Amino acid sequence: MPKIRLISRLDVKDTNLVKGIQLEGLRKLGDPNRFAREYYENGIDEILYLDIVASLYNRNNLSDIVTRTTEDVFVPITVAGGIRSLEDVRKVLMAGADKTAINTAAIKRPELITEVAEAYGRQCMVLSIEAKKNSDGKYECYYDNGREHSHLDVLEWAKRGEDLGAGEILLTSVDRDGLQRGMDLELIQKVCTSVGIPVICSGGASCVKDIVEAAQAGASAVSVGSILHYGKTTVSQIKEELIKQGIEVRRS
Amino acid sequence: MITIVDYGLSNLLSVKRAVEVCGEKALITSDPQVILDASAIILPGVGAFADGMNRLRELDLEAPMLQKVRDGTPFLGICLGMQMMFSSSEEGEPTAGLDIIQGSVVRIPDLGTNGKHQRVPHVGWEPTIEYGEDKDSLFNGTAPNRECYYVHSYEAVPDDRSRIRGVCLYGGREVVSVVRNIDGNAVGCQFHPEKSGKTGLNILQNFLCGI
Repeated sequence: MPKIRLISRLDVKDTNLVKGIQLEGLRKLGDPNRFAREYYENGIDEILYLDIVASLYNRNNLSDIVTRTTEDVFVPITVAGGIRSLEDVRKVLMAGADKTAINTAAIKRPELITEVAEAYGRQCMVLSIEAKKNSDGKYECYYDNGREHSHLDVLEWAKRGEDLGAGEILLTSVDRDGLQRGMDLELIQKVCTSVGIPVICSGGASCVKDIVEAAQAGASAVSVGSILHYGKTTVSQIKEELIKQGIEVRRS
Repeated sequence: MITIVDYGLSNLLSVKRAVEVCGEKALITSDPQVILDASAIILPGVGAFADGMNRLRELDLEAPMLQKVRDGTPFLGICLGMQMMFSSSEEGEPTAGLDIIQGSVVRIPDLGTNGKHQRVPHVGWEPTIEYGEDKDSLFNGTAPNRECYYVHSYEAVPDDRSRIRGVCLYGGREVVSVVRNIDGNAVGCQFHPEKSGKTGLNILQNFLCGI
C-alpha cells in the first residue's frame, strides 16, 4: 500500500497568503500563520511556504513568517522562492525552516544544488521544478514562477538534479495549478520513475481521488493549496478518505 | 540549564522552541564551558557525519560533551546527533564519532527486503516501534503507533543490539530508531522529535522529565 505525506502549500505575497490560477491572477486570503497553525492542528504532515514574487525582486521575504510559524507548528517547514545563494539558504534555516526548495537559481547555476547539499545535507536541498507540457508533448522546465522558458527537459533535469545532490523534488504542474481539475498523472509517473529520490507533487489536486491517483502514480507526497484554503475540505477529512481508499498516511 | 549544542549544522530554533513548549528553558551555545555547566545536553543535527564531527572538534566541543556523558548528565542526540554518538560512519571521509555507543553508521540500501527499489533519502512519518525487553521511558504516554518524522540516508547499527530501544520499518527492514547507552543517561533518536507533532513533543517531554 503506498504511503504519502500530505503537504499544505502556502503561496505568500508580502505578508498575505494568496492563491492564483496557473500561478497567476492572485487572490488575497489572509495571514499565512493562521492557516499554517490550523492545518497543523488538523494533522498536516508538512508546511511549504512559497514567496511567489521573490524571484522578481531578488529576495525572499518569508523569514519573519517562518519564525512565527515555528512558535506553534512542529512539523517540517520548507521555504521556496528567491533562494539564490548559500547565504539565502542559511538565512531561511536560521529563521526556522528545515528545507529549501530552489528552482530559478538552480537552473541558472546548477552547481548551487551541490553546494547546498554539501553545506546543509541533501535533505535540505529540494529541487523545485515547474513543468509545462509543450506542443510536441514533452515537458519543459519553467522558472520565475512559470513565466520563463528554460528549454530544459523536465525528466533530464530531474535526473541531473538528483545526481548533483538534491534530496527531494518538488514537482509543480503549471498547467494544472489552481484549476482544481486534477493532477498531471503522466508527468508525475514519468518523473517518479526517472529518479530515486522522493517526489512531492503539486498542482491541480481538487479532491481525494486526485491525491489517490498521484500516490498510485508514484508520488511520495502531495501538496495541496486551494482545496484547503477555500475550506472545501479539511486535512483530517482528506486523510480519513485516503485511508478508506487504501492509501496509507500518518494517522497521529 | 538545558543546553542545545550549536555547531552550525542544525535547525536550532525549532529544537529550542519545542523544549520551551515542554515547559523548560533552553540555551543555544557553542561554548565548551557552558556545556560543562549544562543540566542536560541536546545534540541536534542535519547534514553529513564527517562535517558535523569536524565542526564539533574545531569548536572543542567533543571533550566536554563526553565528560558530561561520563558524569551521568542526560544527553539526547537527534538525527545526525544520534548518528554522531556512534563509533564511525561510512558517510564521506572516514571519521571517528563520539563513540558513546559502539557501532557504525551505514547507508540505507537502495533495495527493500522484497527486492523492490526504495527511495533514499528516507523521508516521511513512520511508526516508531518499541524494541527490546524493557519499554524505554522515552515512549511514556505515547500511542502504540507513535508516528515520527524521519529524514535520513544513513542508518545506525550498534554492535550490541541490546542498546536498541526503538526501530522503524523501511522497505520491510528494521531501521534503528532509538538507542540508549549502557549507563542509561544518553539516548539518541533517528527521527526529529521537534518536527514530529504532538508525539514528538511528548517524547521530548519524557527526556526532559529525566533531568
